[in-house]
Amino acid sequence: MENTAVLNKTHSLDSQLKRPRWRQISWQKVLPWIVPLTLLVTWQAVVSFGWVASSTLPSPLAVIQDGIGLIVDGTLPKNISISLYRATMGLLIGGSIGFLLGFVNGLSTHMRALTDSSIQMLRNIPHLSLIPVVILTLGIGEIAKISLVAVGVMFPVYINTFHGIRSVDPELIEMGRSYGLSRQALFTKIIFPGALPTILMGLRYALGVMWTTLIVAETMAADSGIGYMATNAQNFMDMETILLCIVIYALLGKVSDLIAKNIETLALGWQQQKGVH
Amino acid sequence: MTETMLTVSQLTKKYADKTALSNANLQIDQGEFVALVGMSGGGKSTLLRLIAGLEEPTSGVLTFAGGRPVIRVMFQNDRLLPWMTVLQNVTFKQQAKSLQQQGQKMLALVGLADFTDVYPAQLSGGQKQRVALARALMARPQLLLLDEPLGALDALTRRNMQDLILSVCQRQQLTTILVTHDVQEAARMADRIVVIKDHTNLYEERVRDHQDPAEVAIVAERVLQEIVGEAS
Repeated sequence: MENTAVLNKTHSLDSQLKRPRWRQISWQKVLPWIVPLTLLVTWQAVVSFGWVASSTLPSPLAVIQDGIGLIVDGTLPKNISISLYRATMGLLIGGSIGFLLGFVNGLSTHMRALTDSSIQMLRNIPHLSLIPVVILTLGIGEIAKISLVAVGVMFPVYINTFHGIRSVDPELIEMGRSYGLSRQALFTKIIFPGALPTILMGLRYALGVMWTTLIVAETMAADSGIGYMATNAQNFMDMETILLCIVIYALLGKVSDLIAKNIETLALGWQQQKGVH
Repeated sequence: MTETMLTVSQLTKKYADKTALSNANLQIDQGEFVALVGMSGGGKSTLLRLIAGLEEPTSGVLTFAGGRPVIRVMFQNDRLLPWMTVLQNVTFKQQAKSLQQQGQKMLALVGLADFTDVYPAQLSGGQKQRVALARALMARPQLLLLDEPLGALDALTRRNMQDLILSVCQRQQLTTILVTHDVQEAARMADRIVVIKDHTNLYEERVRDHQDPAEVAIVAERVLQEIVGEAS
């Protein structure tokens, strides 16, 4: 009887607390959209009300129309795919080299002594300063641009892999050893999972470097790609296309960051688990 | 007559110019529960780590009758892998069905049968140490080494864990060495208390010879005096 009373009371409390459907929208999901939407509306308003000349700053609608035109004639898909190809290849090559070097130097004292100080020295050279060297030695072909992206991506992946492996709790490694884990099991069950959060952080940072490097490489020495489109548009005073290229870079950056974030969520789901005891 | 499992002879461990353990001698019988007590930095954990094979002695000999047994260590902090669930921690993520069943059995033994799929971060300190105990028992060890595993627990949880460890060790007739600061804990759990002081073993008391709690309390007091008396 008493239980029923408590249940009824809880039910009526639930009814009181029940909000209209529109108020149930999660603000956490809405908040990230507020700033970009406000910027977009402001941008459109500034041009529509004539506060800025449309030749100086075309409206978002004009940029979208330009984009549709470039999609229809095939220019945009062709240049996006070539930029994506360069970015992906650079990431794969540079990321793999960075990961392997970080992995080997993280685990081997001898390799660390042999190569780490040299890598640290090279790391401090701004990789974009290598552009003249790359153009002179590799020309302006695909290899040059992919190499530049690979060099840019390699160092953040190296540093984070190296530090990730070096900073795995030594007590966990000792526990694994005392429990008879083989070297392989020690790596797959303790060292790699322990280093993974730092490695993924490096990957996320490397994605940012990847796009920045590609923009510069395609702007300075290319005959295709989004960066080339922007430079070419500059020669024709085509502001719509220039802005379109900037927006595409922003979107590609956001998409790659989302992919990295999802990989993190999948691989590091255990970090979200908190006390239920 | 009980058989000797382990003999420690003139065991010494030095780190650079610092001596952590000096000429320690100890004999441990099959199925015996021995507590090593003493002040911090006295050398008791070093002795345990040498027995576990985690470190090499500078000099002296460790002899296991009948070859090196299966040894498992339970550390002061649980050392659970945060990226593995409770069952995966116990089985080290090995998929063999027999290991999975054995892991579930061990978790049931420590009272965590319903927690197989949760992560360590979701457990309390006492529950984590239970998982660590289940993991230590998985390999059916012949020698269980406990390096102050209950030091960070609250009094009630600590008492429950003492009971659990005692019942498991008695049921499986496990030879056990416990390192602890707590003389009461040592007197409650061990058959024999060995005082490690000034980096060597100086004194010992047989607790199991005394059944009466009052006598055990007197033994504990004597051990405590031995540890702190001359030091103070």
